[in-house]
Amino acid sequence: MLRHQATPMAMSAPVAPFPQVDHQRAVFAEELALDCGVTLASHAVAYRTYGRLNAAHSNAVLVCHALTGDQYLAETNPVTGKPGWWDNIVGPGRPLDTNRYFIICANVLGGCMGSTGPREEMTDAAGQGQGRPWGTDFPNITIRDMVRQQKRLVEHLGIERLLAVVGGSMGGMQALQWAACYPESVYGCVPIACAAQHSAQNIAFDEVGRAAIHADPDYKGGRYWEDGRVPAQGLSVARMVAHITYLSEEALQRKFGRKLRGAQTLTLLEDVFEVQSYLRYQGSTFVRRFDANSYLTITRATDYLDIAAEHDGSLANAFSGTATRFFVASFSSDWLYPTSESRHIVRALNAAAANVSFVEFPTDKGHDAFLLEEPEFHRALGGFLAGCAARLGV
Amino acid sequence: MPDTHPPIQYVAKNMRLDLRLIAEMVTPGARVLDIGCGDGALLAHLTTTKGADARGIEIDMAEVTEAVANGLAVIHGDADNDLAFYPDAAFDYVILSRTLQAVERPREVLRQMLRIGRHAIVSFPNFGHWQVRWQLLTGGHMPMTGTWHRPWYETPNIHPCSIRDFFDLCALEGYVVEQWLAADENGLRAPWRRSARLANLFGEQALFLLRRG
Repeated sequence: MLRHQATPMAMSAPVAPFPQVDHQRAVFAEELALDCGVTLASHAVAYRTYGRLNAAHSNAVLVCHALTGDQYLAETNPVTGKPGWWDNIVGPGRPLDTNRYFIICANVLGGCMGSTGPREEMTDAAGQGQGRPWGTDFPNITIRDMVRQQKRLVEHLGIERLLAVVGGSMGGMQALQWAACYPESVYGCVPIACAAQHSAQNIAFDEVGRAAIHADPDYKGGRYWEDGRVPAQGLSVARMVAHITYLSEEALQRKFGRKLRGAQTLTLLEDVFEVQSYLRYQGSTFVRRFDANSYLTITRATDYLDIAAEHDGSLANAFSGTATRFFVASFSSDWLYPTSESRHIVRALNAAAANVSFVEFPTDKGHDAFLLEEPEFHRALGGFLAGCAARLGV
Repeated sequence: MPDTHPPIQYVAKNMRLDLRLIAEMVTPGARVLDIGCGDGALLAHLTTTKGADARGIEIDMAEVTEAVANGLAVIHGDADNDLAFYPDAAFDYVILSRTLQAVERPREVLRQMLRIGRHAIVSFPNFGHWQVRWQLLTGGHMPMTGTWHRPWYETPNIHPCSIRDFFDLCALEGYVVEQWLAADENGLRAPWRRSARLANLFGEQALFLLRRG
């Protein structure tokens, strides 16, 4: 994650347009009713699969991506040219073993990698295209809406019950919502480094990001798509702030400390700290692949999340009588979704008498640890999935 | 990797003998919670041999990871803080093996065990053993035996008790002792089952099966 490259900046430089990629999609003509009351007349899910669905259709694992992730889980991303975001976990012989499981990963509703969202063509109540993107007219969505749409995809692929739903961060929230909404369709559920509701601090950080986007003159009230510009400055700042929350203090200190770019000592002139340069790089690459309105839509969806509130104020109610097996994982230095949040989930699952495993993995890598080399985490994840598979005779 | 270690066939090679005595008390198909389950040896044994729905709580992270990697349902937690979150009668058996003496509030832990489980199975090292008594009597030092082998300033065993103490607590709390036995350090059943007094003198550890009165 902490791959460091030359400073690109001049942050106001024009940004190269999105590469046009034809994503693999499933288009649904049946309507999708959203939590906000709006109904999408038709909708599409962009997705990728890895491995083969077995004859019994019993080996499917759905992986849910995080806020700025996408469906390119374990292959070169056609937009960024970088390896899949969970390449280290998905593949033959890996914890998400493609020789054994049929792995599905879908771009979330509201995303900008081919699924229905602010960047896709707006449709009217009859499902007719309007010749313009949704932009800020895209309805407010929730994590549960994302999951409802994924359920359509899973059914479309002929799968009644998923062997497991796995996800980290916002992906973990989706995994929890899957287990809460469709318990009979989820044999195993793995919410990683996440929470069952956004805290005030989570919402506050998201709001800083949104404020930065809104404050960018190029944002133009969300209609930046009209003249082909993007609010690069604002979106970049949003990414920079968010990125700080993904790392631990120790990891930042270890990687950058007070090191300067191209100098040994402070001159008090044009000094650039390494950490500054790193964040600017993170921001500048992000704006080339992510849509600002999508960012606003998805961060709002995470802020709206409160699974307990959807079940009379009790998180345990959301899982009462569940037969799903859970593996909740957290990382010791994650301060975005700290272990206390995971423990809260575990205690609710215990109160629901659910079958639950829980490990807090010691690491100094912060929230991002779920994406990085954490051999113990990978071993436990692989073992949990293999246990589910063995019990189902997969 | 998963193919070479099928989790269901996980073999509890190193399962302590006293865990085998505990396993004998569990009826087939039971719902079991093992508090302080270590790497899950007993859970695996109960799952394979008794078809139990077996779950665990363990305080040591490395042990939890090992158990989860073997496909067992174990959470990182401890007896003092995590039992309160389970519903009443969620389990048929709640097991606490050789841990009661190390918890902060043993009486409360027992109460929780018999709230969330129909039965409690408790084993503990017996502080009434003659060697313990002899060492304190003759040497005037805290005893150091095969069972009590950590010096007083670093032992985690903050609430040692004897077999008779435990009987007294059960009487005080109104728990019914359905079965009990004393064993030696290796978990071999000892022959003083009729006399608590003799067991208290010669048993290195004790095993109780309780239910609410």
